[in-house]
Amino acid sequence: MSTANIALAPIIEARKLEKSYPQPDGSRIQVIAPTDLAIYPGQIITLLGASGCGKSTLLRMLTGLSPASAGAVYWHGHPVPDESPNVSIVFQSFALFPWLTVLENVEAPLEARGIPPIERHKRSLRIIDAVGLDGFETAYPKELSGGMKQRVGVARALVVEPEVLFMDEPFSALDVLTAETLRGELLELWLGHKIPTRAIFIVTHNIEEAVVLADRIIVLGRNPGHIHADFRVDIPHPRDRKSAHFLELVDSIYRILTQPDHKDATAPPRTFGPGKEVRPKIVMLPHTRPGGLAGLLEILADQGGRVDLHRLADELSLEVDALLPSVDTAALLGFLRVEEGDVLITPEGQAFAQGDIQARKTIFRKAALANVPLLRQMEQALKAKSNRTLSEEFFHDLLDEHFGEEESRRQLETAIQWGRYAEIFDYDAATGKLTLTEA
Amino acid sequence: MKRPAGSRWSWAFLIDIAVFLFVCAAIFGVYAIGRSWLGPVHPRVEISQNPRVLPLYALYSLVRISVAYALSMVFALAYGYVAASSRRAEIIMVPLLDILQSIPVLSFLPGVMLAMVALFPRSQLGVELGSILLIFTGQVWNIAFSFYSSLKTIPRELNEAAIIYRFSRWQRFAELDLPFSTIGLVWNSMMSVAGGWFFLMACEMFVLGNRDFRLPGLGSFLQTAASHGDTRAILWGVAAMIAVIVLLDQLVWRPIIVWADKFKFEQVESSGAAQSTLLQLIGRASIVLRLYRLIVQPVFNWLTLTFTLGARRAAETFSAPKRHHLRRSAGYLLAAGILIGLGFAVFHAARELSGLHREDYIELLQSAVLTFLRVNTALILGALWTVPVGVAIGSNPRLARIAQPLAQMAASIPATALFPIILLFLLRLRGGLEIAAMLLMLLGTQWYVLFNVIAGAVAIPTDLKEAAQIYRFSSWDRWRYLILPGIFPYLVTGLVTASGGAWNASIVAEYFHFQGRIVSTAGLGSTISSASDAGRFDVLLASTLVMATVVVLINRLLWRRLYRLASSRFKLEA
Repeated sequence: MSTANIALAPIIEARKLEKSYPQPDGSRIQVIAPTDLAIYPGQIITLLGASGCGKSTLLRMLTGLSPASAGAVYWHGHPVPDESPNVSIVFQSFALFPWLTVLENVEAPLEARGIPPIERHKRSLRIIDAVGLDGFETAYPKELSGGMKQRVGVARALVVEPEVLFMDEPFSALDVLTAETLRGELLELWLGHKIPTRAIFIVTHNIEEAVVLADRIIVLGRNPGHIHADFRVDIPHPRDRKSAHFLELVDSIYRILTQPDHKDATAPPRTFGPGKEVRPKIVMLPHTRPGGLAGLLEILADQGGRVDLHRLADELSLEVDALLPSVDTAALLGFLRVEEGDVLITPEGQAFAQGDIQARKTIFRKAALANVPLLRQMEQALKAKSNRTLSEEFFHDLLDEHFGEEESRRQLETAIQWGRYAEIFDYDAATGKLTLTEA
Repeated sequence: MKRPAGSRWSWAFLIDIAVFLFVCAAIFGVYAIGRSWLGPVHPRVEISQNPRVLPLYALYSLVRISVAYALSMVFALAYGYVAASSRRAEIIMVPLLDILQSIPVLSFLPGVMLAMVALFPRSQLGVELGSILLIFTGQVWNIAFSFYSSLKTIPRELNEAAIIYRFSRWQRFAELDLPFSTIGLVWNSMMSVAGGWFFLMACEMFVLGNRDFRLPGLGSFLQTAASHGDTRAILWGVAAMIAVIVLLDQLVWRPIIVWADKFKFEQVESSGAAQSTLLQLIGRASIVLRLYRLIVQPVFNWLTLTFTLGARRAAETFSAPKRHHLRRSAGYLLAAGILIGLGFAVFHAARELSGLHREDYIELLQSAVLTFLRVNTALILGALWTVPVGVAIGSNPRLARIAQPLAQMAASIPATALFPIILLFLLRLRGGLEIAAMLLMLLGTQWYVLFNVIAGAVAIPTDLKEAAQIYRFSSWDRWRYLILPGIFPYLVTGLVTASGGAWNASIVAEYFHFQGRIVSTAGLGSTISSASDAGRFDVLLASTLVMATVVVLINRLLWRRLYRLASSRFKLEA
């Protein structure tokens, strides 16, 4: 694709694209802040971000699957609901029809476009051959391994010759080796110009995957989702995962992901609409269970108290998605600090890592009450009652002012986990009652 | 050139011949049925008691049940589809299903019958259609509900794939909605058809005021035999019915269940899939394959292409907002029509009901209490024997291999067919009908409980059983901490179905024509039956309303809560 002149016009362009969900009280919770984004031909773009930052929502708005709350998506300059863009999606769960054979699954999109049987048969066989599924045409999806299933997903997506191929965490349901093989095959199709697709847009939470594949990486920040960073990757293919350039890039993405940007990463999603008011700040808890903290801090202590996130992820064989919330939790509790993509253990963290079970609980309790306003509030509210008992609904209503329904449930669930672990209160799941733990 | 082995050739040839003969028989059947239906009205058909008529009578009954089932399927698909795709319709249509399901077939009888006879006064078709519609009202609701709830649980990404790949409505229906719902539809179809056999006697022969309707069939054969107290004819009738049901099970349901296995929504192939010899034979028969390729496939292709092109043309001719406008005003018109109809019905119902006295209502409530006690005694008795037996079968694979097919066979025999035999013995005792009524409810509904308990016992994880063994639980502790909590969700599911079934069964359990007289015991079911017999529409309406209210209330207040408890606290999760 050497023609630079056509490369200038974007295929899909989002202008001030925004998503928010109405709340029962009339206000709205914003999940994607107004975002400008353009997909140009000739690029593989990866959209990277921690879980829950709105990656998939953005993908669904760009493809026209989900309507935008404000702003619009344009396909070759035409607004999307009027024109349905010629795009395909490869899904995380494959989303194959289990009652159709491989061939029928691939033919279905052609059928939908009114292509006569013989023609669609020919085109399907060609693409099945291209993705290496030769000989499996009459197999049903359940007979195939995960990697083969996703090949069917890719074949089904490519058979309509989409202008943009969207992939929603396409390799995250596969084992490491299979995922690597499929990435290689995708690059081979793309770099060898074996498919007429003009751009690929991949949503992922795997940093290395993004660096291996992408010509351009967009990092999405949280609360509400917004573009945090957007840069080109100029390393020539095939990319060597051990090369200094590669590692440096991976490191710098870790740095971006952990560095709180201008929009405070721990601030609650902003609400607007009727009843617009400045609400008291409440710290949003990362959804982790305290049980995993000790492991993280022990490894950190073993490594001399300072290690870069990339190494830590490797050491724990965790992807960012799983690692970052734990790191956030430890940082929130004051057990570690994040500096320039490195993690540093604090004296409290050191003590926690070396303590026994009871000592850890004492340290955790102190840290939780000092650093998590919500738990402090809960303790005070329980102390104020003569029977030291309150229903969880009480706290849920408290959180409801700051978060959406689902998020406040999850926040409360996390807070209860932490509070039980810290022995601040007991919780009876059957009655939903919280009772202050007597010292 | 080498010819394929001779034996295989002759095998395929034999199957082709069998298929051909089958088609010939079917054509003759259609001719016989047509002649009888389109013939003039026989106001008082004499139901023969000669066993030689049984094959023909069986055919008549089978056709009635099949046509009713086909109608049910079409209606259920349409109802479920609309309820699942329109949020506004959903609000009304789903609770309405609950209510309709709680109304026993006889309550529909006068309306359905009089309407049909008025439509076709000159031919037997009117009476036949009335009987078919009666069977239909007993079959359709659970199928509709099953389709609706399947549509609501289609995984999000499958829906998105259908949208992003621009499936037309037809293609979506044929390649996503229908296949995804198939398993639920098949199981509910089996239950519905079993229900059809259960109420067959009530649907083929009944008195409506001063008119006496009789249709030749297995149900009327049995009913007549019971009325005359003719034991020999009863036994012949029961035998014929069992034979038909067993044949249906082997020739229709078994192959369908095996075939439906491919619609299981699972990512990994499960071991121990069911098998059917007949399905394999059909798969080998070249006629069937050729017919499929010649007729079914081209029709599907044509439909798919037509609908995609149609959709495209529609998009070109109408601009989007205009179409929306059109549809919306059509919706308003429909809603207005329904409202007017409802108002009219409520007005007339109120006028009917105003004729009843306070004593009548008190009596209705008393009989509701009696039936309530009867239904729940039957449920408790059912649970008392099915829980230990089900757990024993479910936790012992060797026992299961022998007991499960036997239980399935027993379950497929409609209890109403055995009822006359039971009455022969029990009527001699004091309070015999009381026992018989409960026994019929029990026979009709215990199987739902048994099969669910078996499924629950099978689903108890092995490691939990091993833990109970290692820690030497006493058998009481094992029941208390492992088995009862483990089967609880399944038990509740079974009891919900059984409870609804038992209420419906009360219309045949509490009121019966036997040995030339009517044997009945006080209860809501017998009130409905006798009101229908006597043509007392006001009593029928009032008692039906009471029954629907009681059943819906019990569902809301008791079963739904237990269900929620089961799915939150007693759900076994990995």
